[in-house]
Amino acid sequence: MTADRWLVLFFGLGLVAFIVWFFWLKRSTGVRAAEVSGGYQEAMILVKGGYTPDTIVVRRGKPVRLNFRREETASCSDKVIFADFNKNAELPTGETVTIELLPKEPGEFPFACPMGMFRGRLVVE
Amino acid sequence: MNDMSMTKADTPPDRSRRHDRDAQIELRIGGMHCPHCPANVEEALRGIQGVSHAHVNLANGSAHIGYDTSRVKVLDLIKAIRVAGYTAGAASMRVGIKNMHCSSCVIRIELALQTTPGVIAARASSLTNAVDIEYVPEKTDFSAIRAAIESIGYHVVEDGKQTETPVDSEPADPEEEARQAEYGLLMRKFWFAAAVSVPVMLLSYPDLIPGLREWMPMGSSTRRIVWSLLGVLSLPVLVWSGSQFFIGMWDGLKHRSANMHTLIAIGISAAYLYSVVAVAFPGLFPRMELAEVFWDVTTVVVALVVLGLALEIKAKGRTSEAIKKLIGLQAKTARVLRDGREIDLPVEEVVVGDTLVIRPGDKIPVDGTVTQGASAVDESMITGESMPIEKHVDDEVIGGTLNKTGSFKFKATKVGKDTALANIIRMVKDAQGSKAPIQRVVDTVSGYFVPAVMILAVLAFVAWYLFGPEPRFIYATIVLVTTLIIACPCALGLATPTSLTVGIGKGAENGILIRSGDALQSAEKLDSIILDKTGTITRGEPSLTDVVTAKDVDEATVLRLAASLERGSEHPLGEAIVKGADARKIPLVEAKDFAAIPGHGVGGRIDDRAVLLGNAKLMRDRGIAIDPLVADWERLATEGKTPMYIAADGKPLGLVAVADTVKPDSKAAIEVLKRLGIEVVMLTGDNERTAKAIAQHVGIERVLAEVLPNDKAHEVQKLQLEGKTVGMVGDGINDAPALAQADVGFAIGTGTDVAIEASDVTLIKGSLMGVVTAIEISKATMRNVRQNLIGAFGYNVLGIPVAMGVLYPLFGLLLSPLIAAAAMAFSSVTVVTNANRLRFFEPRRKAS
Repeated sequence: MTADRWLVLFFGLGLVAFIVWFFWLKRSTGVRAAEVSGGYQEAMILVKGGYTPDTIVVRRGKPVRLNFRREETASCSDKVIFADFNKNAELPTGETVTIELLPKEPGEFPFACPMGMFRGRLVVE
Repeated sequence: MNDMSMTKADTPPDRSRRHDRDAQIELRIGGMHCPHCPANVEEALRGIQGVSHAHVNLANGSAHIGYDTSRVKVLDLIKAIRVAGYTAGAASMRVGIKNMHCSSCVIRIELALQTTPGVIAARASSLTNAVDIEYVPEKTDFSAIRAAIESIGYHVVEDGKQTETPVDSEPADPEEEARQAEYGLLMRKFWFAAAVSVPVMLLSYPDLIPGLREWMPMGSSTRRIVWSLLGVLSLPVLVWSGSQFFIGMWDGLKHRSANMHTLIAIGISAAYLYSVVAVAFPGLFPRMELAEVFWDVTTVVVALVVLGLALEIKAKGRTSEAIKKLIGLQAKTARVLRDGREIDLPVEEVVVGDTLVIRPGDKIPVDGTVTQGASAVDESMITGESMPIEKHVDDEVIGGTLNKTGSFKFKATKVGKDTALANIIRMVKDAQGSKAPIQRVVDTVSGYFVPAVMILAVLAFVAWYLFGPEPRFIYATIVLVTTLIIACPCALGLATPTSLTVGIGKGAENGILIRSGDALQSAEKLDSIILDKTGTITRGEPSLTDVVTAKDVDEATVLRLAASLERGSEHPLGEAIVKGADARKIPLVEAKDFAAIPGHGVGGRIDDRAVLLGNAKLMRDRGIAIDPLVADWERLATEGKTPMYIAADGKPLGLVAVADTVKPDSKAAIEVLKRLGIEVVMLTGDNERTAKAIAQHVGIERVLAEVLPNDKAHEVQKLQLEGKTVGMVGDGINDAPALAQADVGFAIGTGTDVAIEASDVTLIKGSLMGVVTAIEISKATMRNVRQNLIGAFGYNVLGIPVAMGVLYPLFGLLLSPLIAAAAMAFSSVTVVTNANRLRFFEPRRKAS
């Protein structure tokens, strides 16, 4: 093999390793929802290219209020679905939409847009 | 909403300045129609920390409240009133704002308004260039709101567009507006990209076109200059028409996630950069023919994918057509009788208890009960029942339906968001957003999809560079670009939700409310259906079925005496006899000395004859010889009916029999269910004999009779233990536990009562045929979902390897990136279009 072939091979494999690391081996620790008056645990989530923050940590047994604000027009993000809670909400651009949940069981509950392009997790302790 | 403002209420009050903070407000309260309503509202208001007094005046419908501004916001008062079940007099308006272009403008305007006294909530949108404000009319008005906006340097658009409407009404569809705007923008981007693509395409392949070949031969400076110009021409396509790909990629990368935009953006950038290098530094390439340009790939791919996005938006808009139709059913105005005058009011101002006047051809604005007059009403838009329904006094009418022939007045019983129509809209919207279990598999796959495609593209590049034919670098680049572009995660993502949206919408059009994707997916798998007898197979109310006469007595006499006697009775059996006589147009007379004989029957004097109506024991006690009628009595009882003897002046006249009759299409529906291979079981609390009689009539073999209401769920469970997927059809109130236990619970709804919590499916029309339609919709939708998924998976599974060049070693076939772009753009459009095919689903009307 010529030198340029070796170069392309190593560069390509390196790129593959980078893609795996960058997209799949991420693990966000998450943001703890703030406890506000009235016993709610509240968090604000920005919807733009993804959910920021995408991991919300809450305690079980206390009602959770998630305020979604969507600041883009991509078609998938116009809805957010909490499949395990059987809840969903439409997110019109530029509006803040509140979803209230009551996590009874500890665990990890994903939420996503209808096509699953954006994903987030609700971690219940 | 702005809950942030609530947290401030926790600060302890400063005693010394307490008086400065006391405020009074008068709020209009809606929905108070009972004597104890004011007390409820007052109690709710006094329950708020910081409210010093609250006095509600029922006469003018207002509340006078004193409160401490440091601890309570008007918003809290209004929330408390709403929680108590009343409407507070908040209004909303939309104000257009000039030059609101940045997201920081949006936040500044919202903040300025939220600190304005009397404003409950403000939502600005740079998309519509307007701010939606919810406010208390008693505390603020348009000029104060304008002042607040202008104080921070923005200007209000004065076009008279600000309209005051009470809150809780459905606003104009902002989603539709946004969709239209998005579609328009994408189409402009497409036309621009397409216009640039034509010259770019032609001039990129001069060697194929006679004339051009001679004018700009390979390696000539003319060719280099023309190609440089093409590069400049293509740049705006990349930057403007393709902007969403780069923005989408960047937003995703910030979250370390990748999406369709990432693939397209990398693909078109790779093609563009290669071309730039080829034109700028042709010397870098070992041979002249390697210094090719791919401007055409950039522009054509952008044009096609943008067109695909635009078509997808258009098609997706159609998937929610059903819900738009429902929203369109809501009436705008109502003719209300107030102070003896008929006035036209916006429908939002109709309150419970109002009397509304309906003329022929009018749309019925809200739910209510007919108080005067009669008519036929077309309820097909709500229930799917095509025949107009006769309405008389005390009958329910449903908001959104159409009056046909007569005029009538009715009393509003449900308004605003409580109407059947509003409930239906909400339920359908919720259901369309829910996920079918099948979607979770797709979700898992699509989470790994895009990075996997990127890896495959890199590997393909490496493989072509290492082992491919010359010019290796060009082939490797083409394969990389093609692979990135052909992959279509969107088709995968769209496959289930679009079909679900159309399927659930189709259900709503036919009077079937499917509560979730879960229910829709389960309904097709049902192999056993339990039908409750009363109210499900039968009408649930008795009616007159038979009249048997003794010798020398005519039917009219028997019925006249029986019905006249029962006219005063409130017993359902008695009512059935009276209705039966009414239907046969038999005139009734007054009964004297009416007496109910508990456990036996009734007696009284009619036309100076002593009439008795009741069971055999009553007759024998009075010494009446009923022997000639006993055989008929036995026969009727065996048929599941309730026969009663009638006698006058000591002589038996005959028998009248009433029974709960079978709904007209129950038999046909059961026949279809059986033909679909579903076992049909009847469940009832009635005695075995009555149950068997009905079961035989409608063609059910398996009967579970004499089941106590509490054991119904248990019976469902027993069937499930036989390994069956069980559907339960019942009335939603008595059968709630059984409906919940079943794999799919179908609740029979009647009239305006549609929000049945325990059920997975609500049949508004109340006909068993609805169960058949629901199952058919489920089957059609799931079939559609599978087609979409197979199509989308298949497309990617076949397309990606072909793009990578697996066919090249065998057949010398390599996909052009242009074809890949066309395939990708139209794969997602195809998925959405296939889902839209479901719109043509027609439920069967008959058993055939």
